[in-house]
Amino acid sequence: MSAVDIDVAADNAPAPGQTFLKIEDLWKAFGSFVALKDISLEVNKGEFVCFLGPSGCGKTTLLRAIAGLDIQSRGSVSQDGKDVSNLPPSERDFGIVFQSYALFPNLTIEKNIAFGLENTGVPKKEITARVDELLELVGLPDQGKKYPAQLSGGQQQRIALARAIASKPGLLLLDEPLSALDAKVRVSLRHEIKELQRKLGVTTIMVTHDQEEGLSMGDRIVVMNHGVIEQIGTPTEIYRDPSSLFVADFIGEMNQLDAKAPSKDTAMVGNTEFSCIQHDHSPDAPVIATIRPEDIVPHGTGARSPGAVDTITSEQNTIDVDIVDMEFLGSYWRAGLSGEALGNVRLVANFSINAIRRMELAVGQRLSIELAPNRLRVFPANSKAN
Amino acid sequence: MSVATQTELPAGKAIKPKLGSDDWIMRGFIAMIAVYLVIALALPLYAMLSKSFATYHYDLTQFEFQVSDEAGKFSGEVIAAQALNEQTGAYGPDDLVAGSNGRLKVTAFFPKFSFRSPVRYKIRGSSSSAVYLIGSERQTGTNWVETDSNMFRRIVLRPIASTGFSNFRTYFSTPSLVRSINNSLLISTISTIITVTLAFGFAYALARSCMRFKGVFRLLAMAPILVPSLLPGIALVYLFGNQGMLKSVMMGESIYGPYGIVAGSVFFTFPHAMLIITTALAISDARLYEAAVTLRASAWKTFWTVTIPGARYGLISASFVVFNLVITDFGLPKVIGGQYNMLAVDIYKQVIGQQNFEMGAVVSVVLLIPAMFAFGIDRFIQRKQVALLSARSVVYEPKPDKRFDWLCFAYCSLIAIFIAGILIVCQYAALIKFWPYDLSLSLNNYAFDLMDGGGWAAYRNSIKLALLTALFGTIVVFTGAYMVEKTQGFKTGRTLFQFLAMLPMAIPGMVLGLAYIFFFNNPDNPLHTIYGTMAILVLCTVTHFYTVSHLTAATALKQMDNEFESVSASLKQPFYKLFVRVSVPVCLPAILDISIYLFVNAMTTVSAVVFLYSSGTALASVAVLNMDDAGDVAPAAAMGMMIFYTNVIARTIHALASKGLIRHTQAWRTR
Repeated sequence: MSAVDIDVAADNAPAPGQTFLKIEDLWKAFGSFVALKDISLEVNKGEFVCFLGPSGCGKTTLLRAIAGLDIQSRGSVSQDGKDVSNLPPSERDFGIVFQSYALFPNLTIEKNIAFGLENTGVPKKEITARVDELLELVGLPDQGKKYPAQLSGGQQQRIALARAIASKPGLLLLDEPLSALDAKVRVSLRHEIKELQRKLGVTTIMVTHDQEEGLSMGDRIVVMNHGVIEQIGTPTEIYRDPSSLFVADFIGEMNQLDAKAPSKDTAMVGNTEFSCIQHDHSPDAPVIATIRPEDIVPHGTGARSPGAVDTITSEQNTIDVDIVDMEFLGSYWRAGLSGEALGNVRLVANFSINAIRRMELAVGQRLSIELAPNRLRVFPANSKAN
Repeated sequence: MSVATQTELPAGKAIKPKLGSDDWIMRGFIAMIAVYLVIALALPLYAMLSKSFATYHYDLTQFEFQVSDEAGKFSGEVIAAQALNEQTGAYGPDDLVAGSNGRLKVTAFFPKFSFRSPVRYKIRGSSSSAVYLIGSERQTGTNWVETDSNMFRRIVLRPIASTGFSNFRTYFSTPSLVRSINNSLLISTISTIITVTLAFGFAYALARSCMRFKGVFRLLAMAPILVPSLLPGIALVYLFGNQGMLKSVMMGESIYGPYGIVAGSVFFTFPHAMLIITTALAISDARLYEAAVTLRASAWKTFWTVTIPGARYGLISASFVVFNLVITDFGLPKVIGGQYNMLAVDIYKQVIGQQNFEMGAVVSVVLLIPAMFAFGIDRFIQRKQVALLSARSVVYEPKPDKRFDWLCFAYCSLIAIFIAGILIVCQYAALIKFWPYDLSLSLNNYAFDLMDGGGWAAYRNSIKLALLTALFGTIVVFTGAYMVEKTQGFKTGRTLFQFLAMLPMAIPGMVLGLAYIFFFNNPDNPLHTIYGTMAILVLCTVTHFYTVSHLTAATALKQMDNEFESVSASLKQPFYKLFVRVSVPVCLPAILDISIYLFVNAMTTVSAVVFLYSSGTALASVAVLNMDDAGDVAPAAAMGMMIFYTNVIARTIHALASKGLIRHTQAWRTR
């Protein structure tokens, strides 16, 4: 992205913190299929919100309802204090970028960007200046005379972005903007879009099914599944404190162990009782104990061996397991673990290369691990169907 | 857990989206074009259907007579016509069945009637619906009308209309008419088998051999599309007719009849079959052939297990298209059918020959059934073919094989000679002074103005019709397809539109033409004024060829990103700006294809317009038919070849224009 600092959106600079977009009790049905159920959500001015969820969860439907492209069946949408619930897209204030870019193939880059500026009373000269400014902003100056097909995918998506923000909309909607791109381009464009959004301060909603994309770009994440909002929170909140087994499973990786909950702060896996995060399940109810692979701390080979690296925080949560398999994943190792203490369930752990080297870990070896008590979380077992 | 248990919308009022100005304009357009299709298609067809069920008979209970004595004094009793008929037996039950134009003489009721007699007669209706004519003057009502004997012989009764199946009963009890059903089915089946077999060989040679002159072969194979279907009939007459050049080949059999119809049908349906099968062969997957080779399957086995199954949808589709073309064609059996009756010709004979419109409508309904059936199956197959196309496959590249290539070359040459031969014979016939007696060349046969059929004006009319059809047809079809493909909501309207757009393909031209007579020639119809003008010919031709054009446009539009409209709306631009600046330019190749398709077909079509032209709007294709009918076969051939050359020129211009336009407006296609 260009380093040139252009004051593109100075006139609609946000007053952060204010509610800009408000969705209340929104439902959407296609025939007898209910795609969105009772969605309520507030987006603050200048915020970057990601709708994250598996395909078919309703995230794109929600975006299209906000845009007025597929108007909801029930509920309201208001933007900037104005009720826009039943307005057609042309009477709302937003710019949109699609996965397919949707650049007009027979118009040059310049004309694509200028498309929304024409016939608005803006003099030709100003349009030209604005187009040049936008091209510079997305880092593609001097490409204006080309046709979309002559640009790479990433470049086309930047043009689509430039076109969407050309008329300085109050709301920018991005529908899986990076999904059609190569992995490398995707990562770099991720930062560029985020950077641009921060610079312009435009309230942005992005739909994605890629959790990495969502976590790295969104100020807040809206996790959706089966047409409902599962959780709303900052990336760290939803990663560290998932409110449901679905979120826990969908965001990042999670070991799921069948368990019982003998008391309000313990979970019984196999025949071992671990201390865990507070919960309120009854002692007989079956539960699922979850822990992320990176929250399994290795404490050296053999039972409480002196090779322990980190301090053991909870003796209760430290058990002996065997390394069943190991997989090298570049920056870390993934190990499959199993032990009697867990009733011989397979547990996946991520170990740093460093730890592996220091402890000389290998397949077949016995290892002491600790399931960090403040990371071991319990969910009701009947939610596993998700 | 937050899985909502509720799977139904909560009670409450649905949000009623506010329609933007774009929505209104688009709905307006859809409504306009839907109205067009309703007027140009649905209503005429309805008129035709109801006509086929309309029956007429004389209701003798409706009329009463009184006869005077020689002195002119009326003292006798009043007698109903019914009673008179029973007394005299003047008319049997069959005589009382009428057509819409039927007239029944009343003098037959009075055996003693003489027009010189001084006896006077009185007639009245016993109900207000009774109609009779005195001379040409229409009379109704229950008042007595008195006439002398001389006037009385000019009184005729008019039938009353009712609805029923009696037309169909008459049809199915008339052997000469019913035989046509068998004839049509038989000829269509035989022609289909021959054409599809020949076309498959031809397409196979083009796709799978490395023979030379593929381009020439392809071009020649397409030539029959450019001529009216009756032209091969004329050529066959010259070749195998009573004074034919190769008459001995027929070994005593007559070309007039099934042989001629089949041979001509093969000629004019060949390009259609070839195009479809070529497409089917082109999508066969090369990897299957490689697999067959590695499995050491013989060429024969590979052909039957890979090639034929791969092309089966194409073969079936081609079969139904050819079947439909043959069974609905009218020009060819008219020219060369002789005494051999076919359904489409029956319609013509009933309507033009006998002025029996009701029976024409009945035959139309009968012809609609196989045509609809073939159309339905073809649509079904095509849907499957699309699914096959989207599969990822590797294009088959043929490898040179000297023997096979020569075989293919020889085969294709035979076909090419057949096609070119027909055209050359026509041109030769047109240039000869008087076959077979004076073989010197002359241009006498081009003096169309000296013959019946409309002369050079007919040729100019045809070009006018073709241009107008191409212009208006393209606009209507493309706009309609755009509205259907790219509007949101308004689902019922769009579904109805879609149905109407597909319908013309199933309607034989003769049927459409006849339906237009019934609908537009009705004085009560406010659109009656366009009857007999160029406008109705354009309307009819656009409608006749609507479906293929619509599908071409729809396919092109489907390939365009559906989000264009969303983006444009988000940029607050009206849809027509997007339409003019993006949709039309991007679809320009398809638009040009539609216009040339309409042009060529408007030049060659006979079936629908044969009922609709008037003296001022005679057409070249119809002139070919009429000149042939009048015995001016050579001028008919000459006119037919004029149509051919016009289409060749039009296609050339189209090709050049497309190339130029595409270079100009489609620069974006090249990287």
